[in-house]
Amino acid sequence: MISYLIALRAIVTREALRFVGQRSRFIAALVRPLLWLIVFAAGFRAALGLSITPPYQTYTTYEVYIVPGLCGMVLLFNGMQSSLSLVYDREMGSMRLLLTSPLPRWWLLFCRLLASTTVSILQVYTFLGITAVYGIRFDPLGYVTILPALVIAGLMLGALGLALSSLIKQLENFAGVMNFVIFPMFFLSTALYPLWKMAESSEILHDICAANPFTHAVELIRYALYVQFNGPALIWTVIATAVLLALALWGYDPTRAMVRRKA
Amino acid sequence: MSGLRVDRLSYAYGAKAALQDVSFHVPQGAFCALLGRNGAGKSTLFSLLTRLFTTASGQIEINGHDIGRSPRKALKQMGVVFQQPTLDLDLTVDRNLGYFAALHGLAGREARHRIDHALDRLEMSERRAEIARNLNGGHRRRLEIARCLIHKPRVLLLDEPTVGLDAATRAAITRHVHTLSREERLTVLWATHLTDEIDDTDQLLILHQGRILQDGPAASLRGPQPLPDYFLAQTARGAPR
Repeated sequence: MISYLIALRAIVTREALRFVGQRSRFIAALVRPLLWLIVFAAGFRAALGLSITPPYQTYTTYEVYIVPGLCGMVLLFNGMQSSLSLVYDREMGSMRLLLTSPLPRWWLLFCRLLASTTVSILQVYTFLGITAVYGIRFDPLGYVTILPALVIAGLMLGALGLALSSLIKQLENFAGVMNFVIFPMFFLSTALYPLWKMAESSEILHDICAANPFTHAVELIRYALYVQFNGPALIWTVIATAVLLALALWGYDPTRAMVRRKA
Repeated sequence: MSGLRVDRLSYAYGAKAALQDVSFHVPQGAFCALLGRNGAGKSTLFSLLTRLFTTASGQIEINGHDIGRSPRKALKQMGVVFQQPTLDLDLTVDRNLGYFAALHGLAGREARHRIDHALDRLEMSERRAEIARNLNGGHRRRLEIARCLIHKPRVLLLDEPTVGLDAATRAAITRHVHTLSREERLTVLWATHLTDEIDDTDQLLILHQGRILQDGPAASLRGPQPLPDYFLAQTARGAPR
């Protein structure tokens, strides 16, 4: 058991060191949601009025509304970044080092997932710190209750990244993932607009948004930030995490032909 | 059975056979050179030996442990140097070794002691804080070899470890691993396509088109012929054993 924890610590430390060493990645991870908050939200503030729906108890401005969605955005993009770095590791060979360790493969992949989630959460808290300086502040307890929601949502999006990395053959294919996975997942969710607003324009889009696991991850974060619990969102997110993790483990199974050509 | 044993191993990429009925045994403490042209199946064999791939056809035993039945015990006995460098170039020498040690369950004083020993053996103790990217190709390779010994494996697998290095560095690394095998009684499987890396006393395996063509002491196989000529003649004929 101790050897499992030693490996976990080493993998998390390595990921954190790599992240700290890549300052541009850190800055990019923060600039992206901040641009949305400062530029996009400012533009849409007048156009989008939001009614009082849970977890909000008063009229909420658009800037405040999109903060949980932008936290989800940080997790989503970091999950994909981690997937990209897994594909890079595989092409550069360091993935072999991990996969030939005498620890079970599922544990090694879980360590990688936990490492990327830790880095994501650090970024989210940095983002929330900047939004507080910008003037958008929440109940202090909300900054604590959001943590478990960020862990679960981070694991789900990290598992998505892990699953994708087992399916992507080359780094060059990553642009396709951006177009067909990340952007639809983000835009077809409640990150930018509430579900009822989506229903006003299209029932189909509303249904797609309601089925999107990212919507539930964002809602879990939103409720947690307001010190409230959203049971259905938690169940959806946990189920999606389990399915994506199973897919990732299947993708990295050495008996599978897909890994054979690439490992 | 100690050492490395491969029995009736076959593998195919779809319809294309990469390895066909490959069997050999490298006894404990022996240095075995796996010689084959590019595309002979050496890297596929290494991927199977290191469990990056698995196959239902055939059996691999690492120091008595069947890799199919007890993969973790088998991997514990094994040190691997892949053809592709696997150092994290952004981390220091020390952190690279520490990361590897941790993947093998080693930490604290024990890991520190083994890392110190590995660096002393390489005469690189003073460079431990250096970023791996700053090392030259030869030092990187030697570091990878030292790293794969940290968990005290009994079987070393090296897949064309001298690719891209100059002649003097190649010779030094080849000599270094021969010495390791002799002094520490390590079983070594050294894949190469370069005949000058093979000593007459080495066990020689010639792999061609996914089959073992020859298996025996290099000196007795080549006879009076220089090894390059013997190898070219064997692979030109291409007749399986």
